Amino acid sequence: MEVVQAVGLAVVTVVVLLLLRQERPEIAVQLTLALGVVIFGMVLGRLLGLVQTLENLAARASLDQRHLGTVLRIVGVAYVAEFAAQVCRDAGEGAVAGKVELAAKVVILAMAVPIVVAVLDAVLRIVP
Amino acid sequence: MDVQLIFKIAGIGILISVLNMVLKQAHKDEQAQMLTLAGVVVVLMLVIQMINDLFQAVRAMFQLY
Repeated sequence: MEVVQAVGLAVVTVVVLLLLRQERPEIAVQLTLALGVVIFGMVLGRLLGLVQTLENLAARASLDQRHLGTVLRIVGVAYVAEFAAQVCRDAGEGAVAGKVELAAKVVILAMAVPIVVAVLDAVLRIVP
Repeated sequence: MDVQLIFKIAGIGILISVLNMVLKQAHKDEQAQMLTLAGVVVVLMLVIQMINDLFQAVRAMFQLY
């Protein structure tokens, strides 16, 4: 159901953006930002349910809780960085978008290191 | 509530571009510049508040820092 609302809102906003892009490009960029926030707000409820389901499954499968937390954190960082990078690219600033993505990659790599170490330990334990 | 914010920002943008045209016709270009600045600041205040809410939501959901 949210899809219909999101699509309708996006189409209306694109029409207004076309109008604004000529005279006031700075307000057009802010309007794109606002649309991104609103559409994320619409999807928030479903996403929250999804995250809780994942946690329940992980608890049932007696998976290590820290790893799932790290994965969720990585998804969060990736989403925020992608959001900012797309807005920068939309405003014509490809270089700035690249820098944001670089920062996000470094942070995600830093977060992923413990998981890689845990996997290696598990493998070493199996191989005699 | 949020959907109104989008239309409020769009309204401000259109209003400012129209008023700028009027001011340019009246040969008051510096006031047109001031008006553009004021418009950008007003919209920025609204957008910053929304971005703050977005980051709080993402932080709460993905257990970031």
